[in-house]
Amino acid sequence: MAEPTVKAADTGSPVVLLEGVTRDFGETVVTRVLKSIDFRLGGGEFTALTGPSGSGKSTLLNLVGLLDRATTGRVCLDGVDTAGLDDTALTRLRGGSIGFVFQFHHLLPAFTALENVMLPGIARQGRPSAALRKKALELLDRVGLSDRLKFKPSALSGGQQQRVAIARALCLNPRLILADEPTGNLDTEASDQVFELLRQINREEHTAFLVVTHDLNIAARCDRIVELVDGRITSERAAAPGGG
Amino acid sequence: MSFEWFVALRFLREGRIQTVLILLGVSVGVGVIIFLSALITGLQASLIDKTLGSQAHIVVQPPDEMPRLIVDGVVAGTDPAALARDPAALGEALTVRLEKPAQRPRSINQWPQVMREVEQVPGVIAVSPLVAGSAFVTRGVASRSVALRGIDPERFIRIIDLSAKMTAGVFRVAGTEAVIGTGLATDLGVRTGDRIRILTADGGNDIFTISGVFDLENQAVNDSWVLVSLKSAQNLLDLSGGISALEARVDRIFSAEIIAQQVARRTGLVADSWMKLNRQLLVGLKSQSSSSIMIQVFVVVAVALGIASVLVVWVVQKNREIGILRAVGTTRGQILRVFLIQGLLLGAAGWVVGVGIGTTLSLFFAGLATNPDGSPTFPVNLSGQLMLGTLVMALGVGLFSAMAPARRAANLDPAEAIHRG
Repeated sequence: MAEPTVKAADTGSPVVLLEGVTRDFGETVVTRVLKSIDFRLGGGEFTALTGPSGSGKSTLLNLVGLLDRATTGRVCLDGVDTAGLDDTALTRLRGGSIGFVFQFHHLLPAFTALENVMLPGIARQGRPSAALRKKALELLDRVGLSDRLKFKPSALSGGQQQRVAIARALCLNPRLILADEPTGNLDTEASDQVFELLRQINREEHTAFLVVTHDLNIAARCDRIVELVDGRITSERAAAPGGG
Repeated sequence: MSFEWFVALRFLREGRIQTVLILLGVSVGVGVIIFLSALITGLQASLIDKTLGSQAHIVVQPPDEMPRLIVDGVVAGTDPAALARDPAALGEALTVRLEKPAQRPRSINQWPQVMREVEQVPGVIAVSPLVAGSAFVTRGVASRSVALRGIDPERFIRIIDLSAKMTAGVFRVAGTEAVIGTGLATDLGVRTGDRIRILTADGGNDIFTISGVFDLENQAVNDSWVLVSLKSAQNLLDLSGGISALEARVDRIFSAEIIAQQVARRTGLVADSWMKLNRQLLVGLKSQSSSSIMIQVFVVVAVALGIASVLVVWVVQKNREIGILRAVGTTRGQILRVFLIQGLLLGAAGWVVGVGIGTTLSLFFAGLATNPDGSPTFPVNLSGQLMLGTLVMALGVGLFSAMAPARRAANLDPAEAIHRG
């Protein structure tokens, strides 16, 4: 059966553009984890990144998220070639353009739900502000946690923690959200709720998503599925209609 | 509140055990330094006070009489070096010898003028004339060899405040009144109002009434000093109108030697400071200070290593959180400042507690034992300068100790930190 053609939600300039990207690890024994990756993610696209363990998904996510640098090739974010940026510029670009949602939510345990959501904004502005607080309150309301503002992460359920993490990712209105197994640690019901929330944000905010997942049901509900095997993109296809 | 302070304060509050451990380390270090410094400076101040309580800071005297060169029984000058330069001057002399003269009491030439000159030397705050010589005091069959000192009482109390040291009677040396030390009073069995006879080798002989008895907490002084008026001592020691020395007090006691050298240069006289006359005491004080500084340095190093090691463990425990902060847009510089602020805050808080510990310990120690006069046996000196010094030290140690952990945190690879934790 022929694979469905890839249909990007936005055909304008890509949010993410990878050209000939490789990533090596090790000094004496060099292991090439990513091999000549060409990848493009348009604005508003909701793409699943799948593949077996050790295929390089997390490494690719780190490169797209500007948490790591490619050994060779170009990584462009919002049309900016990141190769020439120093660490501070890279951090600023990452903070302003990318939101992260991790499998284990990775909220900071010392801060309340509200403070966790505000953190990216405080780091960027240098100090908290009323506008930032208002924005964080709106986001927590949107993810259904307006009654949990002053709760520390340890007092929230797994699904609630992940929703706080999603609100944090949205704090600075990023053009791209990178989600690493966002439902991997949740039960089915919570998993569905979280995924629906991501989808809703994608539709309403036109935010591009790159979601790493092992869950084929989740992948099927995305616009596009990119499969990575042994450090190479082996297939790119649109998800089955009706999936999302 | 800035991002760095916001995160630093929250991390400190969250990591209670580490915070308490570091606070304890800094507090104990500051406390020990305050206690040691207060005790040692207090003891030193007390020792110096006791030493200088019975002596002037600077004593100005005429130079000793030079040895005389005797050639064939005839005085040929007072400069043997001149003979060495010109041996021909000896001619056919048969005997040449150097004769050391006995040092007789001599007066400072035009001493009122010299006194005014000494008063103008920067650092000198008081000058007093002195006529000093040996004498005998007799009362009935008892007699004692004494140090006769003729003074100008108004000037003298600015050098040694004797009025505060009187144990009986008053400090008054007008006419034929004399003030003596407690030791001599006991030896002679005299009280205020009793009379004593003073005899000198020059034939001086007069009767004085005891107007007061002093205790300068120095046995040699208490046993030998007899203070009379300047005029009486001039008469007794055959030094009519003259004085044997000028005594001076300076504003900063440890500058006494430098000031003494300036006095000597300006007057052409011999000026000895208390530092020169008490060289052994000074060496002792310096050794004590050096030991104290050494101990303090080791305490600071131990505290710094303690803070640094706890902070390093803290950074390792917080790897993932630092990684997350980096991922959401926190720069390396911000992470670095978060940990440096923590170091500063721990230093400041540790200083506050340490001041409490050090002060309590010092006051407790000072109250442990007292002298018969009620003063503490172990006096402590809790000065503002000491507190300020330890504050700077605590902040410096906090900042310095946090440097390595902060750099480590700032240089963490965010991707690795998030995934490995």
